[in-house]
Amino acid sequence: MLSRTADHLYWMARYTERAENLARLLDVSYQMSLVPQSVAAQNENWRAILALNSLEAAFAQVYAEVNVDNVLRFMVADPANPSSIYTCLRAARENAHAVRGTLTAEMWESVNATWIELREQTFEQIHSRGVSEFFDWVKLRSAVTRGVTFGTMLKDDSLHFIRLGGLLERGDNTARILDMQYHILRNGDEGASDFYRWGALLRSLSAFQVYRKVYRDAITPGRVAELLILRVDMPRSLHACADGIVRMLQLIANNASAETERQAGVLHAGLHFARIEDILSGGLHEYLTDFMDRIYELGDGISRDFLVAA
Amino acid sequence: MSGNSYNEMYDAAGTLRPHYQAFADWLAAMPPERLARKRAEADTAFHRVGITFAVYGEEAGTERLIPFDIIPRIIPAAEWAALQAGLWQRVKALNAFLNDIYHDQEILRAGKIPADQVLNNAQFRREMMGVDVPSGIYAHIAGVDIVRAGAGESYVLEDNLRVPSGVSYMIEDRKMMMRLFPELFSRHLIAPVQHYPDMLLENLRTVAPKGVSNPTVVLLTPGAYNSAYFEHTFLAQQMGIELVEGRDLFVKDETVFMRTTQGPQRVDVIYRRLDDDFLDPLVFNKESMLGVPGLLSAYRSGHVTLANAIGTGVADDKSIYPYVPQMISFYLGEKPKLKNVPTWMLRQPEDLEYALAHLSELVVKEVHGAGGYGMLVGPAATKAEIEEFRARIVATPEKYIAQPTLALSSCPTFVDSGIAPRHLDLRPFVLSGKQIGLVPGGLTRVALREGSLVVNSSQGGGTKDTWVLEN
Repeated sequence: MLSRTADHLYWMARYTERAENLARLLDVSYQMSLVPQSVAAQNENWRAILALNSLEAAFAQVYAEVNVDNVLRFMVADPANPSSIYTCLRAARENAHAVRGTLTAEMWESVNATWIELREQTFEQIHSRGVSEFFDWVKLRSAVTRGVTFGTMLKDDSLHFIRLGGLLERGDNTARILDMQYHILRNGDEGASDFYRWGALLRSLSAFQVYRKVYRDAITPGRVAELLILRVDMPRSLHACADGIVRMLQLIANNASAETERQAGVLHAGLHFARIEDILSGGLHEYLTDFMDRIYELGDGISRDFLVAA
Repeated sequence: MSGNSYNEMYDAAGTLRPHYQAFADWLAAMPPERLARKRAEADTAFHRVGITFAVYGEEAGTERLIPFDIIPRIIPAAEWAALQAGLWQRVKALNAFLNDIYHDQEILRAGKIPADQVLNNAQFRREMMGVDVPSGIYAHIAGVDIVRAGAGESYVLEDNLRVPSGVSYMIEDRKMMMRLFPELFSRHLIAPVQHYPDMLLENLRTVAPKGVSNPTVVLLTPGAYNSAYFEHTFLAQQMGIELVEGRDLFVKDETVFMRTTQGPQRVDVIYRRLDDDFLDPLVFNKESMLGVPGLLSAYRSGHVTLANAIGTGVADDKSIYPYVPQMISFYLGEKPKLKNVPTWMLRQPEDLEYALAHLSELVVKEVHGAGGYGMLVGPAATKAEIEEFRARIVATPEKYIAQPTLALSSCPTFVDSGIAPRHLDLRPFVLSGKQIGLVPGGLTRVALREGSLVVNSSQGGGTKDTWVLEN
């Protein structure tokens, strides 16, 4: 297929997935902010979200103070923020529009309808209805788009590039959410509130019931990390994402992509044979940072090998 | 004006024409609420699928629906047969003309057309001199605009030989009518048109460069902001070929390749929906970001086919149009089967004098204009508009031609006040390759404003399904 077409499909999927994960991240932060704590501590958490996306400077240009309302407005609905949900869904729609002839009618209508519905609501409306309802809507729209993608598209390279983009983005985003929340939680006071916070983190990744089912035991930080990093049967875990990335790369391989495939294989093997004890003793933050760097390099390789190829 | 023009449905005495009988019976029996509901359904469906076109000169990215009218334009079989024979003849002669002027120029040496009219025409491409194209075909796709006037005789208004558009509406209009009113299709024997993309693909494959047995065909679009982008997407999808932009292609060793995820892939035939000027920045418009550097060299060496060929504009130019009947007799030795509209060429002093004295009766068009932009319809214009146009003509008369204002035929059409006659034209699409062919029908455009003679979608025109009846 055309490199440009593959590029648009890949980024359409990345932006759709990014919007969904942003909704998940903001949702968990919002839920956690409802747990009793000082205003200073709360604002610190919102600052962490900006830092996670390297947006402190861009934020400071427009808003005087870091607080829940300002950060939500900036991350949800600000068209000037390159990483807001608004911007991501617009970019997903623009990429889809550029290759709408490649998409099935249902896919195009789903992506287009998401954008039109989003465009029609102001932040004030979103806020007055409750932001959690909005985050649920973003997740639902992402699920609908994913559903029509799997349910209607021919299993050819178009689908493989869409899946590849989604998996890469999801792996990166799960690592980010885990890194940030784990950091905050480890620094927090031990106590009953931790149960709610770990619960909120798991819920944001649709992993709360999964946790119960897999461990049938109290929530501990080590097990949460294990579930979200190493469990291959947990669809948002790093291992599951790496697994999918390797399979997609095998399907689209060309005669320039051997090195990218090798890197993906190394990443996957590391997750396949790792033990959570070793990861935690080496430092979770270091481990996740290294993972995100490798995902970034994979994205670079994919771009070079397939998307801007001459 | 609608009152005294030829009506497609009723004769001068107000009697229904026989080929509309079955439709009129059906319409009379339809409850008005059901019709209204069906019309709303059509609007919704066109919007949902996104069958829109962009309008130049309005806010960037403005997309509009082309209004669709549910009363079809019906053409009896015998009438169509005559039209088809005339179209074949005309397009054959135009292709012969293009082949001639880019080679031996016999028609110029025979003095049938003034040489300077051709050679100094802005649309004449010197780069094409001596270039042999497959089967000697230049205009693979022609969209010939036909109007009926007077007592119903057909005239060719324009031969569109560059990148004619509108065929997707022909197909979508038919799909819509079949969806809304399937019962009509069991009451009539209506010739199908939906196989047009298959015919087009087959036609493009037959003009592949020599020695290529299984050609790769692509459609080259200027991109998502072009007014006809919907059609480009539609045709590429229907033919199952790649929709490419200039940046997807590159030229190496005088061969065209597209950039794919599996590396470079050779391209043999380019159905291009991009004007000559933008095709190759090395040769034509240097500023063009839409084209492919080196494309002309690959083309001249015969490694790729462009459809339509470069330089076809010289044959559909309005200053060349008056000579098409001469072409038909010169190349084919035949009498023209379709009429030309009488044309005054304002570069000639006596024509200019006549036109300036009769502006309020004439239609004046720019020689290189298209799309209904930059024209004067005398009888519909205000005094001020006429005077403003007069000044432009006097400044550069060679840029204009004038024609009598034809009383275009009309057809009953749904408008705000009910059903009323509106003027229309017809654009059939003629395909030329190893053979020549066309699907029975075309795009019927209708001027929705009362009395208006301008059917272009950019000027508020709509479309109708076009039925060619089979005997």
